[in-house]
Amino acid sequence: MTYQPSTRQQERIAYRRGRAVRSVLLAAASTAVVGIALAVGITGAPGWKRVKESFFDLDTAQKYLPQILEGLWLNLKLLVVCATLALALGLLVAVLRTLRGPVFFPVRALATGYTYSFRGLPLIIVLYLFAFGIPGLRLKGTPDVLVLGAAAIIVTYGAYLAEVFRAGIESVHPSQIAAARSLGLSYRQAMRHVVLPQAVRRVAPPLLNDTVALQKDVGLISLAGPIDAIRAAQIGVAQDADFTPYIVAGVLFVLLALPLIAVTDVVTLRAARRQNAGT
Amino acid sequence: MLLECRDVRKVFGDHVILDGLTLDVAEHEVVALIGASGSGKSTLLRCVNLLAEIDDGTIHLDGEEITDPRADADRVRQRIGLVFQSYNLFPHMTVLDNITLAPVHVHGRPVKEAKEQALQWLDRVGLADRSGAYPDRLSGGQQQRVAIVRALVNNPRLLLLDEVTSALDPELVGEVLSMIRDLKGEGMTMVLATHEMGFAKQVADRVAFLDSGRVLEQGPPEQVLGDPVEARTRQFLKRIIEAGRL
Repeated sequence: MTYQPSTRQQERIAYRRGRAVRSVLLAAASTAVVGIALAVGITGAPGWKRVKESFFDLDTAQKYLPQILEGLWLNLKLLVVCATLALALGLLVAVLRTLRGPVFFPVRALATGYTYSFRGLPLIIVLYLFAFGIPGLRLKGTPDVLVLGAAAIIVTYGAYLAEVFRAGIESVHPSQIAAARSLGLSYRQAMRHVVLPQAVRRVAPPLLNDTVALQKDVGLISLAGPIDAIRAAQIGVAQDADFTPYIVAGVLFVLLALPLIAVTDVVTLRAARRQNAGT
Repeated sequence: MLLECRDVRKVFGDHVILDGLTLDVAEHEVVALIGASGSGKSTLLRCVNLLAEIDDGTIHLDGEEITDPRADADRVRQRIGLVFQSYNLFPHMTVLDNITLAPVHVHGRPVKEAKEQALQWLDRVGLADRSGAYPDRLSGGQQQRVAIVRALVNNPRLLLLDEVTSALDPELVGEVLSMIRDLKGEGMTMVLATHEMGFAKQVADRVAFLDSGRVLEQGPPEQVLGDPVEARTRQFLKRIIEAGRL
């Protein structure tokens, strides 16, 4: 005998379907109302014509798009380098902070001092200190401003990422370390094979989220001189007295962030599902 | 004697857990530790495995003092297997990787050889088809059997079992107990903390009743469980019988 839903169950299904259709129609209607209200409100504003000319001018956008794209290429390269090195630095500092024993006191103190101070220091100030302060020492072999700026971003973000990693390490239950040690693994081996893999998996979503934040903050390097997308847009703004290049750069930044944001969402979803699977 | 615990003391803050406990275990002997919660059974096992530091006394393994502060704790633990009440498998590793972790990284065995040995063990305990599964896909009884195999592949001199069936559903207890019975048949030296009095009676050569951090009474299971000398032991067993656990 194959299963046949009872008439009561069929009624339930029909009722729920009706409710679902109603919700969809309601959502569509309310979206339309809000959209029209916004459009009328903005385009109907007295200054809309001038704002349109000085922020959304298509000719200006086309004129500066190539320069801004070229600058964006620099942002992208910086993002890859800064994200990789900041993640490595963060992981290293987080592990150093977990070391026990009196021998490691100075290492621990240094790592703790670093995360305390660089999380508090505004990135712009670090950037100025690195990009203008270090060359001011006139040491031989002082690297390019671009490298110094990247270093400023790396040490600032490294401090945040270190705390995220540390939270992950501390979230691994002590019984996991006990199990690893009971098998004869040393502290280092237990950390490497048992604690860190679980910690990194758990904090992958917040780590990626910080990387999204990093991807727009690499634009601040323009303050130190290198011509990235924001700097290129700024030059355009100054030449034509028109803010459109900023809008172009903004849109490009959003487009650049979308893939990373999507990856973050997928990873977060997967982590949530995995956590529910165990119980 | 394989294991000699002498006057072992362990305190947590103001709380004395082990109060001059003395216990010997001979090679091939199976000793069951019984006693109320908080009597020090688990703490004793953690001290023997050096996961907890003792506050006085000595513990010798094969005549060597393992509680000497100069002793290499990692090397001591390589000779002692410990199985936990809550299995403590590594959730990010497959069954096979859980088992081969220590043989490969602690004992430096070739990966291929370690895998073969692990698969042989899994086959023996009827879990060969689960070697690629992650722990959360296994039942409690299966997880605990994997945890026991994980301890055994290190060829320990001594196996410590800390209430290994307490977290299991009643119908899964049997599969773990029969594995321990097989190990006894092969001559494995074991110390097991347990609430399963029936099992202690079957498998243990000696039962030790822990009370207030000491071994109050010990002897053959029939005597300690059937005709205890001490009033405290009788009281404890009476409560167990009332709870329907014997």
